[in-house]
Formats: sequence, C-alpha cells, structure tokens
Amino acid sequence: MATTMSDFRVDPVSGLKIHRTANTLVKWNAFAAVVFLLVGGLFGLGVALTRMPSVQLLSPELFYMALTAHGLVNLAVWIIFFEMAALYFLGAHVLGNRLATPRFAWAQFWLMLVGAALVAVAVLGGNSSVMMTSYPPLQAAPHFYLGLILFAVGALIGCFVFLGTLVVAKREKTYSGSLPLVVFGGVTATVIAVFTIVSGALILIPTFLWSIGLISHIDPMMYRVIWWGFGHSSQQINVATHITIWYLIASLVFGAKPMSEKVSRGAFLLYILFLQLGSAHHLLSDPGLTSTWKILNTSYMIYLAVLASMIHGLTVPGSIEVAQRRKGLDTGLFTWLRKAPWGNPVFSGMFLSLVGFGFIGGISGVVMSVEQINMVIHNTAYLPGHFHGTLVAGTTMAFMAVTYYLIPVVFQRKIVLTGVAKLQPYVFSLGAWVFSIALMGAGTLGVQRRHADITFAGQPLAYEYPEIAKGLMDIGEIFGVVMSVGAIMFIAVVLASIFTGERIAEDSAPWPKVEDADVVAERTGKKHIGVWGMEAPGTFVLAMILFVTLVLYYFVNFKYLSTVWGLS
Amino acid sequence: MGTSYTPPTNPDWWREPIERSELVWIVLAFSWCIFMFVWMIGWHFAGPQNMSNETYRTTIEEYAKKVDDFSAKYAIRKDDATGEDVVAPPPGSDVYLAAMQWQYRPILELKKGEKYRLHISSYDVGHGFSLLPENINFQVYPGYEQVTTITPNKSGTFAIACGEYCGGAGGIGHHSMLGRIYVKE
Repeated sequence: MATTMSDFRVDPVSGLKIHRTANTLVKWNAFAAVVFLLVGGLFGLGVALTRMPSVQLLSPELFYMALTAHGLVNLAVWIIFFEMAALYFLGAHVLGNRLATPRFAWAQFWLMLVGAALVAVAVLGGNSSVMMTSYPPLQAAPHFYLGLILFAVGALIGCFVFLGTLVVAKREKTYSGSLPLVVFGGVTATVIAVFTIVSGALILIPTFLWSIGLISHIDPMMYRVIWWGFGHSSQQINVATHITIWYLIASLVFGAKPMSEKVSRGAFLLYILFLQLGSAHHLLSDPGLTSTWKILNTSYMIYLAVLASMIHGLTVPGSIEVAQRRKGLDTGLFTWLRKAPWGNPVFSGMFLSLVGFGFIGGISGVVMSVEQINMVIHNTAYLPGHFHGTLVAGTTMAFMAVTYYLIPVVFQRKIVLTGVAKLQPYVFSLGAWVFSIALMGAGTLGVQRRHADITFAGQPLAYEYPEIAKGLMDIGEIFGVVMSVGAIMFIAVVLASIFTGERIAEDSAPWPKVEDADVVAERTGKKHIGVWGMEAPGTFVLAMILFVTLVLYYFVNFKYLSTVWGLS
Repeated sequence: MGTSYTPPTNPDWWREPIERSELVWIVLAFSWCIFMFVWMIGWHFAGPQNMSNETYRTTIEEYAKKVDDFSAKYAIRKDDATGEDVVAPPPGSDVYLAAMQWQYRPILELKKGEKYRLHISSYDVGHGFSLLPENINFQVYPGYEQVTTITPNKSGTFAIACGEYCGGAGGIGHHSMLGRIYVKE
C-alpha cells in the first residue's frame, strides 16, 4: 500500500509525523477505554459503598453482580482498550510510521467492543455473577465466556497489527538503528500479551463448550492453573505498558534520556523471560501443586522479574534526576525533584504512579508472593488492597497521566478544566493509596475478600471481626469513594476537552518543545553532575528507602507467620 | 542527545558502561533477590508453618463417606445453635472436614499443642478455608483431598470463613459461610 504525504500530518504539539488512520484508531480505542473506565468505576463505587460495614448499600445479589462487573470492566476492558491505543501510538506515532492493516485494527476494535458488550449483557442479566475469575464449577451464561473469547481475540489481532506496524517501519526505514526504548517496551508488552491471550483461549474455549453442555467436566484446579496464565499475565502487560509510559513521560517532560539503554532493555528482557511465571502467585495456597513448583514459579526463578521492576524503579526517576541536573538543578540531593513541575498532571500523575506502584503495589506484591506468607494473606481483603496498589495507583494513574499528553496530540484539542486536571492525580492517588493500605490492614486482621457483608449476620455460628478491622474497612472504602471522585474528575476533563476544548489547527504554530537535557548540558558546558560519583544520588537514596521498607516489611510478615498454628 | 522515544544515538549502546548508582543498585537488589529465594526454601526446613504437599484425588461421594464415618466415630455432642455434630478426634488422628454451600462441617474440638492430620475437600464448588482470627487461608476443591498436619498453638473458639467466592444470594451465601473449631487446653 503506497502512502502519500496527505495520509500524514505533522503535529504542531509534539512535532510527530502522524498517520491519520493510525490516529483515528488510537482515538477510538482511547475513547472506548475512558467510557469503560466510567462504567467500571460506577460499579466500583457501588462495591465500595457496600463493603463499608456502616453503609452496606447493595443487596448481596447486586453486590456480587457489581463486583463481577467492576472487576471485568476495570481490570480488563478499560486497561486493554487503552493498551491497544498505546501500542498503535508506539508503533505508528512514535516511529513516524503508518499503521499496518487498518482493517484488522478495526476488527480488533469491534471484536473487543462486541465481546465486552456480550459479557455486560451476561453479567447484568444476573445469572453470571461468577466474579471475573469465573472458577468452575460455578457456571456463567454461555455468552459470558463467548464475550471474553471475542474480546481476547480482538486484543490478539491488535497485538499482531502492532507487530506488523513495526515490520512496516523497518522496511520503509522510518527510523534507523535500534528501536526506541519505549517501542521496545511496547514489544515486551506485546510478547507477554500473546502468551496471555493464548492461555486465555486454552481455558475459556473449553469452559464455553462446558457451559453449552458439550463438555461434561472442567477440572477446577486445571482451570485455575491455566486461567491464571491469562489472569496474572494480563497484569504483566499492564506493568510493561505503564513502565513504558513512565519512560516516555520522563523524556517528554524533562528531555531525559534513559540512563543506560542496556540496563533498561535488559530489564524489559527479564520481563519477557520470567514475568509470566508469576501466575503461580495465585496458586500458592492450592492443593495438588508441589512446593518445588510453587517456589520456582512464584519467585520468577530467583526473583528475576522483581529485579527488573526494581531496576526500572531506579532508572526512570534516575533519568529524570540526570536530566534536571544537566539542566542546572545540580545542588543538594532532591532539588531536581522539588523543582519538578508538580502542577503538570502529565508529570505528577506519572511520578505518583511510580511511587504508588513501588511502595504499595510492589512491596506488598513481593511479600505476599512468598509461598508461606501467602497462607496468612491469601484471599483476604489484603488482595484487593494489593492490586489496587498495582493496577489503580500504578497502571491506571500512569494511563491517566499520559492521556493528558495525548489529548492535544491525538485529539487535537486543548485541555479544558485545567484546574481540575492539575488536582486530579493527587485526589485519585490519595484515594487509591489509602484504600490499598487500609484494605491490606483489614486483610491482615482476617477480613475476607468478596464478602457482601462482613458481619456474618444471621449465621448460627457467629464470628465477629475485631472493631479495628471494621474501622479499617470503613476508612478504606471512604477513600475508595475518594478514588472514584478522582476517576470522575479525570473522565470529566477528558470528555470536556474532547468535545468542547479549543481545536488545535493542523497548521498552527509549533508548540515549544522541551529541550533534550544533553543539548542544554552541551551548550552550558556542564559535564560532571551528582555526588558520590553517582549521577543520580537522590534517586539512589529514594531507592534505598524502598529497599529498607521492603526488607523490614518482609521480616515483619515472617514474624507474624511464625505465631500462627503449626502447619506442615 | 537522545530520548526514550527516539532510537539510541549511540549504535553501540550495549557497550556503554553502566552508571554507578545503577550498578550499585542492581548488585544490591539482586543480592536481596537471592536471599529471598534461599529464605523461602530454608523455611521449609526450619520454619513451622508450611503448605502441605499431600493431596489425593477423590470424589464427592467417597469423601462424604469418610466425613460421615469420622463424625459417627468421634461425635461427642450436638451443637446447640446448629444441631450439628461436634466431633472430638484423638490427638494424632485423621480429621475430616467438608466445605459445602454454605458451611464447613462437622464442628471440631481439638486439643492445644497436639498434631492432627486435617483432611479437607468440597462437596460442590471451590471454597476457601480461612481460619479466623488466626488468618490461615487456603483453597478447597471438589475432587481434591488435601491433608495438612496442623498443631493448634492457642486455645479458644475459632471460626472458619470462606475465602473463595462460592455463590449464594440473599442473606445466605459466600459471605455467611462459617464453620467452627474449638481448641481446648
């Protein structure tokens, strides 16, 4: 397919050469994502108001339906639609390239949309409140599984469109040398996505056949082992994608370059090789699997994927620190951070995502995935605490931050409600952080997840949680409401900007671009930066704080484990 | 020159030296990774709390028979509130517990400091064994009979809640599922 110049526009905001068709697809996928974020967020609000022991808004029937819908829509639909937008942006926009096979890209969009709609019909129909995990022998309506399969097939097509787009870029020489780091990150996410979706197909297709009566039995353990190859790995797509977005934003806002291409790419490679083993995290307290299998997998072979995340956790803020120091903010340990643009939601959102993901989602994730510690955490409220730390404070916050950048570039509109946009990352992160920590606390005190009522009302064998556990659930869910407010602020800014924002004409004057830190350093003659022979000493100190917190928290949990009943 | 969204400016980027803060961090982080890996294995030898590796294939009927025989053999009284058997097996014996929508049965009475071989399976869907307030949690499935050697180290009344969503509606369901274990001095 020959392309002409009119298939492209040069974007005045970013300076990128943008393929119009690719842009349309980025737009539609991002728009669908935001709409589903709204839908899922409203279900989430219902869940939060029910899990508050002092409110208990929904009846158990509605609660289990809302929880199923909230999990599926926010964990899968919002995230994966946004990831499709991100992949097309990385493959086409970043490389100044055309999108391969736009027809297949549209097939991706429509299949995912129809799939999501089918699942919605099944769940709202009321006979598929099986949670997003849908463990057999609990059975949902056939179109529940069919919808998931169509959605996954759509996403798989999107992955191949992205890979095809890279082939086009290589052949048409839209870039030279190695792929940019962020595109490499996109490739990482895609490789993981293909593995993920194939696992999903392997288990959802037989489960669908079981739901229509063609297969008599699905083994519940086999289902869990394969399903988590899908369920957990899909979270690894998120990790690879949001870390890619961190690197992108560091460059966009600060003109930063990766501290070391080798280290950052090596860390992404570790993800490709080991991250999927993490599906064992969900199976640590299951019968029928040996401890050898559990230890090897839960640790991602000697924690090599944890190592990768710890590396990114240093190199992303490190690259910002180096850029800021090269530009002259080379005094003290944290001047570079204090003088960062905290009023710019692209940056503040990204940095809050980094800190939230590392300190809340990351530390809790490493600790709870220890085979033995998992026994005192498994399936308690600690779980939603943890994954709101990764998926909401981390992934969703990062996706929101980059959206503030995408609106002028992709939607060609100026952002309106800038005051709201400025505050939004703080409100959303505050909600997500306190929610996560409070639920982890409640889980440590035994509060179970997915309970419509934690009072065991009407049960002849009574049990009452400690008052402090109920208090923590109340506090956590209040901040769950704050998190919803933050999400609604985001959605309001996005929709208002897309529909009412001032249009940015194609031929308008180019926006001022952030200078590369290296260029500034060359002009000013700045050579040596940092202290202690380190270019990023401030970041190193921050990383050490994370390290000490992780080590202490690790041993605190072993201390707690050592006091419970003997088990062997 | 160079950003994360442009190709590396140095085509030989893999030969560039690694900056010091990165290098020190990588060495430190990897050392911790190795420590955690070794510690997790070590706890299997030195730690008193480990997941059991003993699981058998079973069927719902076969397992129900074991539970019934066990209850009949060691039942000491009926529970006032539920009318269910309270079963007090001798220390060191095999104890059979069944998860079902929406209860754990029978009610057990154990002795503090003694070892028991606790068998668990489900009569219907997947459930979660969650001992409260100890907060010990693991999965329970139909068709799988897991055996864990337990040693209660505290006396008192313990509840077993369900940690795995198992359906239900109205006042009764996953959130109302309970069992009980008494531990005597």
